[in-house]
Amino acid sequence: MHKSFPVLLVLTIGLFAYAPFAIINAPYEATMGLVQKIFYFHVPTAITMFVAAFTCGIASAIFLFTSRRGADRVGFAAAEITVLLGLIVLVSGPLWARKAWGVWWQWDARLTSTLVMWLVFQAYLLLRRFGGPGSEKLSAAVAMFGAALVPFVYWSVNLWRTVHPTTNVIPTLAPSMRTPFLWCLAAFMCLFVLLIAARVELEKRRTRLDDLYLALED
Amino acid sequence: MTSFRFVRALLIAILLVGAPVAAMAQAPQPQPPQQEGFVPVDQLPGQEALPAAPLVAAAYGVAWAAVLIYLFSIWKRLGTVERELTEVTRRLESGGRR
Repeated sequence: MHKSFPVLLVLTIGLFAYAPFAIINAPYEATMGLVQKIFYFHVPTAITMFVAAFTCGIASAIFLFTSRRGADRVGFAAAEITVLLGLIVLVSGPLWARKAWGVWWQWDARLTSTLVMWLVFQAYLLLRRFGGPGSEKLSAAVAMFGAALVPFVYWSVNLWRTVHPTTNVIPTLAPSMRTPFLWCLAAFMCLFVLLIAARVELEKRRTRLDDLYLALED
Repeated sequence: MTSFRFVRALLIAILLVGAPVAAMAQAPQPQPPQQEGFVPVDQLPGQEALPAAPLVAAAYGVAWAAVLIYLFSIWKRLGTVERELTEVTRRLESGGRR
């Protein structure tokens, strides 16, 4: 594992350890009150999910056109993390919506497109798990489509009339809310890099194990 | 016969009055306006705290649980692969077969 891994681990733990205090000290929002505090984990998770999906798409494109095993490992790791972060987004969002909108779920453009994107990355993982030989290339193509959905998910609140807050919320945040938000975003970005590093390492060892099994058979 | 006509007239009247009322009741509720920004306040209204607290706790709980379970799964998988690597390396060094 890379030398910077322990440093990143300590940094991530530090950022997450202080995050609850930053969130508690952030002011309440005028119309939503306490439930708005879900935003400090929900939005950074969503942004990190977009980054993970893009990473998966780019790595998969590199693997498709160059057959580099390293790119495939990064793509596989990023897909798994996209699904993990997507799960957090799709659970924390409805918990906020229940109080803010009065319903758990609305079939509006942002929520539906996020769910579809999450299902595409689930399809990637299912293909890798049950697709048999050659499924790496097939799933890489699926990942490219999944990554292509990211701009649609992001712009959906501006393109279509939805009940979801617009992309204007983040740039217009009050400084007292912006600082804890950026803190949590930094924490999730560090967590993403950490998880990618750990997951890629696992794939490297699996490849080495496969090579050893082949050597043993010979 | 007269009573039959009366009942029929009554039914028609109920239908004529009731149908628009029912339709109005089923009409889609106007959606809340789309939010353009968040406005901070100093004090949380009293009635806000109780119902929102379990939702906030659940959201943060799920996020932490998901991340920790995933970290645990990576750690378990790394341990399994590492054990297999040690075993296969040992077999290779001793020149054995599976």
